[in-house]
Amino acid sequence: MSIKAKLTNWSNSAKRYLDNTFVFTLIAIFIGLITGAIILAFAGFNPFESYWAMAVGIFSKPKYIIYTIIKATPIIITGYSVAFAFRTGLFNIGAEGQFIVGGIVAALAGYFLHLPPVIHAMVAFALAVGAAAAWGAAAGYLKARFGVHEVISTIMLNWIALYLSNYLVMSPAVKRAESEATHKILATARIDLFGVWKVSEQGMAWRMENRFFHDLLKPDINIGIIVAILLGVMIFLILKKTTLGYELRAVGFNKDAAENGGINVNRSFMSSMAIAGGLAGAAGALQVLGVSLECVNLSNMEGYGFDGIAVALIGGNTPAGCFLSGLLFGALKYGGGKLQSMMGAPREIISIVIGTILFFTAMPKLIRYFTSRINQKREEK
Amino acid sequence: MKRYLKICMAAMIISGLLLSGCGKKEKQDPDSTSQSGVMKVGMVSDLGGVMDQSFNESAWEGLLRAQNELGIKIGYLESNNNSDYGPNLESLTDAGNSLIWSIGFMMGDAALEAAKANPEQKYGIVDMAYGNNTPPNLISVLFKSEQASFLVGYIAGRMTKTNKVGFIGGIKGFIIDSFDYGFHAGVNYANADVKILRQYVESFSDAAKGKSIANQMYQQGADIVFHASGPVGDGVIEAAKEKSKWAIGVDKDQNSLAPDNVLTSAIKRVDNAIFNIVSDLQKGKFAGGATVVYGLKEGGVDIAPSSDKHVPKEILSEVAELKTKIIRKEIVIPYNAKTYEKFYIAKQ
Repeated sequence: MSIKAKLTNWSNSAKRYLDNTFVFTLIAIFIGLITGAIILAFAGFNPFESYWAMAVGIFSKPKYIIYTIIKATPIIITGYSVAFAFRTGLFNIGAEGQFIVGGIVAALAGYFLHLPPVIHAMVAFALAVGAAAAWGAAAGYLKARFGVHEVISTIMLNWIALYLSNYLVMSPAVKRAESEATHKILATARIDLFGVWKVSEQGMAWRMENRFFHDLLKPDINIGIIVAILLGVMIFLILKKTTLGYELRAVGFNKDAAENGGINVNRSFMSSMAIAGGLAGAAGALQVLGVSLECVNLSNMEGYGFDGIAVALIGGNTPAGCFLSGLLFGALKYGGGKLQSMMGAPREIISIVIGTILFFTAMPKLIRYFTSRINQKREEK
Repeated sequence: MKRYLKICMAAMIISGLLLSGCGKKEKQDPDSTSQSGVMKVGMVSDLGGVMDQSFNESAWEGLLRAQNELGIKIGYLESNNNSDYGPNLESLTDAGNSLIWSIGFMMGDAALEAAKANPEQKYGIVDMAYGNNTPPNLISVLFKSEQASFLVGYIAGRMTKTNKVGFIGGIKGFIIDSFDYGFHAGVNYANADVKILRQYVESFSDAAKGKSIANQMYQQGADIVFHASGPVGDGVIEAAKEKSKWAIGVDKDQNSLAPDNVLTSAIKRVDNAIFNIVSDLQKGKFAGGATVVYGLKEGGVDIAPSSDKHVPKEILSEVAELKTKIIRKEIVIPYNAKTYEKFYIAKQ
């Protein structure tokens, strides 16, 4: 084989390699980290030491990994929510509001209902998902009935959810005295593991003797991540194996063609938004039932839903991709705190680092665009 | 095409090498910091953040002073939401700090849990008391905020022209009660005819609501409003500025926020308390399990130094007299509804 032929061969395989979304995403994350490093260096922090502090802070102990997973769980699921809507041709900016609705309903159901353990948690979870699904479906209905663009309606619904939640949190029956929060949910509704036992006296005594488990028990271990995996599988099955999923995706590809093919487009808008809303609500419910155990009076959005948009973008709108990118995002957020405590870098720098990584993660399409343009020019020559 | 790939690969390999080299060097580090004898002290801020113009910032200033004067290492972690408190305290515990501060009563549960889970680690908390349940590795610091509030209340009572002043509280609770009743007592002590409007924001973060409440109070005829509501007070001071009325700041000297409209501030020297306890710890003293109370006598509370800008000299000298009376316990300032009633009856 001539050298030229070899080179073309190599170039072709490289092109195929680069066309792989996963590889593209990895490269983008890498470029993002480098940009972050440059900014860190500009701000007077040693980038290698900084990243090392982050890596140590995320991976060096089992409990750090647990903290990371806890941080990642809600944004993985809001990522699913956005991704699901994306796949069906809708842009769900409302994950934030749906998350809030799910959270407040779970907090109310967790405190006011009196049910046996497990069942209580399941009922609270189901109510939260149902309420958030209705919240999402409202945007779908507005689009189907009046043609209101879902971006506009979901942004507005976010604010309605925020202030509705605040109103409920601060109402006398719900508010816990001397706080800006609801009553803590009852023990029967909690989905954290060993949560009550680990702070009890026997639990404490046992922990002092078993130092390894003592450390492991410090984070609020909960079953959220398992639910996240199950939800991911469920979305995959809905999209790929059911008629509903086929219809929704068809609408996503081409609305007019789908309608022509006999699919009720308006109904599919509503069911898609309901499922997306239910997912984001599930994230909010898991956060309340497993981690925070209460809802607080929010002066601003917490950003779980908006992070979900980024997670979906990095994850290529697939459940598995969202799961991985959610973990990455959770790690960056948790590791960002380590940057602050170990390196003394202010929070703003961490936000820049995370922002740059996101920016470059969204780049593959741009990079691909440029490479294809270059290839085109070559072919023209 | 291949050039891009080559560059990427090269960059990956180089940085991989650098990172792994870095790793080896760093591995010895965690132990060497604790062996080098330099004490490390960290703090976790509550939702306000380190630059909140209020007690988080004051706490950080105390640590900065300790860094400069005592040569210790300091660090902080900010909390974005309530579920951050636990992980943040845990991060600082693992970072090898000799003492870790939790700032504000909102962190009460998290700090108690952390202290119980890590009996070898020393913790401190500001504005929270557990009484006899304080673990031996936790020191809690309270401020006699009612004393400073009494003094600013006295100034307000003497200076009001409309005979109406306002009090805006964050969230009702034992901490804000001490501001509330201290202020009431002070106003009443200066001039029993002055009417006091009182309202709670039920938030420590909603500055917009603080502003609208302050506006209402000014419209109802109040000319001086005292706020005890952390960052909510930014809105109160803004309202004073727009309406050219007086506001009284809290925690820190807030005159810089509106130099012509902040009459005085009831300051809590969180910085002094933190500095003193860190300095004691460096000498090997740590009063774990105790609740330390900082009042006028200990230099823990006071009126802002900038008060002489707007408050006439004769009132300031009366305030100075009151201070000595409070320190000598000739006047005992009420800090809740019950003690206020007693104070009121005693005065009659």
